[in-house]
Amino acid sequence: MTNLKLTGVEKTYAGNINVLNDINLDIKTGELIVFVGPSGCGKSTLLRMIAGLETITGGELTIDGERMNDMPPAQRGIAMVFQSYALYPHMTVRDNMSFALKLAKKNPAEIDAAIEKVAKTLQLTDYLDRLPKALSGGQRQRVAIGRSIVRDPKVYLFDEPLSNLDAALRVATRIEIAQLKESMPDSTMIYVTHDQVEAMTLATRIVVLANKGVAQVGSPLELYERPENEFVAQFIGSPAMNLLSGTVVDTGDFTTVRVENGGGVIRSSVPSSAELKGTSVNIGIRPEDMQPTTDDNFAFENRVEIAEALGEVTQVYFKPQSPGSTPVIAKLQGIHRDVRTQTMRMSADPSKVHLFADGRSLLYR
Amino acid sequence: MHPALQGLLSIVLGVGGCVAYFYFSNQFLDKVLFPGRGPNAGRNITRANMIRPWLFLLPAIAALSIYLAYPVVETLRLSLTERLPGNQSQFVGLANYQQMVSEPKFWEAMRNNMLWLLVVPAFSTALGLLAAQLSDRVRWGNIAKSLIFMPMAISFVGAAVIWKLVYDTRPVDQDQIGVLNALYLFFGGSEPNTWLTLPVWNNFFLMIVLIWIQTGFAMVILSAALRGIPEETVEAAIVDGANPFQVFFKIKVPQIMGTVVVVWTTITIVVLKVFDIVFAMTNGQWETQVLANYMYDKLFRANDWGVGSASAMIIMLLVSPILVWNVYNARKEMR
Amino acid sequence: MSGIAGTKSSLTWAVHLSLAAMVLLWLFPTAGLLVSSFRTADQIATSGWWKSLSASEQNLTLRTDAPDQQVNQNGQFVIQGNLFDESSQSQISRWGTNSRSISDYAAGDTAELRKGGTVTVQTNGDYVMQSDEPFTGKRGTRIFVTAKSPPEFTLRNYNYVLFDPSNREGIAKAFFNTLTVTIPATIIPILVAAFAAYALAWMDFPGRALLIAVVVGLLVVPLQLALIPLLRLHNDIGIGKGYVGAWLAHTGFGLPLAIYLLRNYMVGLPKDIIENAKVDGATDFQIFTKIILPLSFPALASFAIFQFLWTWNDLLVALVFLIDSTGDTTVMTKQIVELLGTRGGNWEILATSAFISIAVPLAVFFAMQKYLVRGLLAGSVK
Ligand SMILES: Nc1ncnc2c1ncn2[C@@H]1O[C@H](COP(=O)(O)OP(=O)(O)OP(=O)(O)O)[C@@H](O)[C@H]1O
Ligand SMILES: [Mg+2]
Repeated sequence: MTNLKLTGVEKTYAGNINVLNDINLDIKTGELIVFVGPSGCGKSTLLRMIAGLETITGGELTIDGERMNDMPPAQRGIAMVFQSYALYPHMTVRDNMSFALKLAKKNPAEIDAAIEKVAKTLQLTDYLDRLPKALSGGQRQRVAIGRSIVRDPKVYLFDEPLSNLDAALRVATRIEIAQLKESMPDSTMIYVTHDQVEAMTLATRIVVLANKGVAQVGSPLELYERPENEFVAQFIGSPAMNLLSGTVVDTGDFTTVRVENGGGVIRSSVPSSAELKGTSVNIGIRPEDMQPTTDDNFAFENRVEIAEALGEVTQVYFKPQSPGSTPVIAKLQGIHRDVRTQTMRMSADPSKVHLFADGRSLLYR
Repeated sequence: MHPALQGLLSIVLGVGGCVAYFYFSNQFLDKVLFPGRGPNAGRNITRANMIRPWLFLLPAIAALSIYLAYPVVETLRLSLTERLPGNQSQFVGLANYQQMVSEPKFWEAMRNNMLWLLVVPAFSTALGLLAAQLSDRVRWGNIAKSLIFMPMAISFVGAAVIWKLVYDTRPVDQDQIGVLNALYLFFGGSEPNTWLTLPVWNNFFLMIVLIWIQTGFAMVILSAALRGIPEETVEAAIVDGANPFQVFFKIKVPQIMGTVVVVWTTITIVVLKVFDIVFAMTNGQWETQVLANYMYDKLFRANDWGVGSASAMIIMLLVSPILVWNVYNARKEMR
Repeated sequence: MSGIAGTKSSLTWAVHLSLAAMVLLWLFPTAGLLVSSFRTADQIATSGWWKSLSASEQNLTLRTDAPDQQVNQNGQFVIQGNLFDESSQSQISRWGTNSRSISDYAAGDTAELRKGGTVTVQTNGDYVMQSDEPFTGKRGTRIFVTAKSPPEFTLRNYNYVLFDPSNREGIAKAFFNTLTVTIPATIIPILVAAFAAYALAWMDFPGRALLIAVVVGLLVVPLQLALIPLLRLHNDIGIGKGYVGAWLAHTGFGLPLAIYLLRNYMVGLPKDIIENAKVDGATDFQIFTKIILPLSFPALASFAIFQFLWTWNDLLVALVFLIDSTGDTTVMTKQIVELLGTRGGNWEILATSAFISIAVPLAVFFAMQKYLVRGLLAGSVK
């Protein structure tokens, strides 16, 4: 049973540059954890601390209950796949794959068998005696993955492994990784990516990093349906969730909010207690949940400035509610030809209306 | 023992020694001093990794301090002392420097060195730039470069022989075998000159040897710099109506100024250390003395360590602006 | 730029011509040495080397055989033979018997001799001297000829300089001595520098930046400063003058450049590869030997060439640290300087010795030019 645990982990670089603070995570066997977050938020740093490539400046990392802070990388039972593949350019594919095993003084027959087996699953058998420079990008990526599998680690670490591949290959390789994970149910993987689709499709749980800490941990759908805070709400999903400021006018099993700046009154299925009445909140509606309405219950009414017809959907940008604020976006199903410059009234199902007070979701109050 | 055998043995010993040092010191660190096992494994490994860089660096630091850092200090000390009989020495302050500046030979060497410093880097760089620009524009440019670069591989002594043949002089009634005299007579010179004994001019004949060697170096580096210039800037200038000379002097040269400076300073350092050419061709006679040869004279012919060291310090003083500038740049770059 | 419309072709020609002129100018001095090393002493001394390449007309002063070779044929005293060496293919066009009128006669003509008798000279140098009186004197008669001779070269100089056991100034021993200095003096600093460069490039320790700055500073310290202190040091610790001292000195003086070049190169290697090796369980020592060294081959080669050229061509270090009063350990540069002093006029020996000493660096230069250029660029363009 592999259990990887981070307790109060911190990272401060030389010169008092603090990049991560109080990270707590509990990762169980067989999970595929994806780290996402804005660029520079410390995803790679956290991964590299787990790998042992960066010192952990505070807190504790344990794998299977054993403290790992001071262990060198090789003794942590991890394998890492780098964005640049990091294949040894002067070694053949076979030598690349066997390097770690040879260093660990495994017996040659065992090494050969392991390599053959992995090469077969990854369709690398024909390339075993080639140098990395004679391989395509996708093949190199597979060698990098194969190289980590051969070592049979407890934890796999991936740092944006697909970002150097072109779009089509990316999809194919993503599916391969998913199948690979399927075939190794006991392996634990930690995966850093910028790509939402990768995160949503691969992860058993996603860790959203922001502001030097963890913004939320949860399954992909949890993050989508029940974001804990405005940051996660806007980070997951594309285009980002619309936020409109308003005031609570009615509480109970449903909460009713009057939207400011010429908005209407809209109901949310998020329950609230009576003392919230009169406080200001932000309502959040995903573009894909926006619907045109003629009803009196609506979120807002405004003129359409830009309409992007993508075929299956039409993305509609409304005139900003107040000058300088971000425009509200709605995704309308199908083709809508003449919506530009029209004024539309938009609403959403109460179950799709999120409520945030001081940036935190009322769901978790 | 036959020197070749001795050489072979020393290669084995020297190289083997180096390898053995690195291997066993690492083994010792990891297995004996801080074993990476047992209860303190993690801490031990961290400690071993703090020490390891110094293991890797030790031989280099030792060699650098003994062979370069210590001599600088020691030469400074020697330049302030006088040797007494029986391996004694006595502090004499600046007396050696005073004696040195009272010698006309020293001032001759200084004057010549300054002349070298002005002429050699300037001509080498200019000719190198010319060769780089020309050879980049023809298809046989690589062969041309290779041939102009070739003197770089020739020793200063070999070059001295080569150029002595060029400067050779025969009596007037014989065929001249030195090209320079042959040409001189061909173009109407009255009688052959012994070029290396013509005061002041002979300095230039010595400098030509170094320019001949260094031009290739300048060319190689400047050629790389020229190729690094974005093609668009040149094309933009052509569209703007610049002629080839304007393109070269107004567009290309300004963009490689940094490299020109680097080439210039590198050649300057070579010039300051120039010894072999003068030693082999004139040995400082006929007013061709330079500092490095003057110093050698003092140290090993006159056996005057005090003045010899003082003149060495003068050379050090002359390179130190470049030293400071280099260090400053290197530090800036590392940030 | 060849594709730009309206580029003047006259300018292109000017470029070709000026570059060709420059190349010839640069090649000419070395060519002179090379050609001279294949000529005999006489040839070198009497005509410029550039004349030896074409069949040239030369004015030569030759001598007939001495009077003691004369024979009496039917009351006529006769000396006959050939003015040239056996192998010569020179052809005489005009000749004379007087230094003031050296072309009075054509080949085949007969001339009166001042001291009596006649001489006939043929195109190929055959001559017949006849007189009623016996020829007197110790030396043969001077004949001034204008002869056309084809280029003529010989390997005799090389044989003499390299292999002749009676030649005490032969360069063979110096050649081996130079090799003995050069090889260890090239390999040892590479090893020492490679480890140091790795530490400076990829290991983290306090004082690293300072050390790098020190190396950069030492890069330009003139080795002149080191002569006396180190000679004293070597004497004090008992190395004295000899190979060991020379190796150590070359190692010390070569290290800053070696460390600087190698560090610059190693820093450029991809970080991921090194980290991956760490994850794979390689120790620093293994990373160094199995990853860094093979990948740094171009930089190692660059420095090896520099150091080889520098130690092979060095004079100063050899003079100060190597060559003792017995001269047993003399190197080629020193030997040539000595020849310049004692045999300044013997160009056949000088040229041949000098050419032997520059042949090896030239071979290395042409074979490994790529690495040399790369090293130069890494070492100076920043
Ligand atoms: N050696 C260092 N010294 C100081 N700060 C550093 C160092 N390395 C990284 N950082 C900082 O740490 C922060 C986190 O970097 P990290 O590489 O982990 O980001 P990331 O989330 O992986 O970004 P990306 O998505 O762009 O890869 C960045 O702000 C970076 O500037
Ligand atoms: Mg990253």
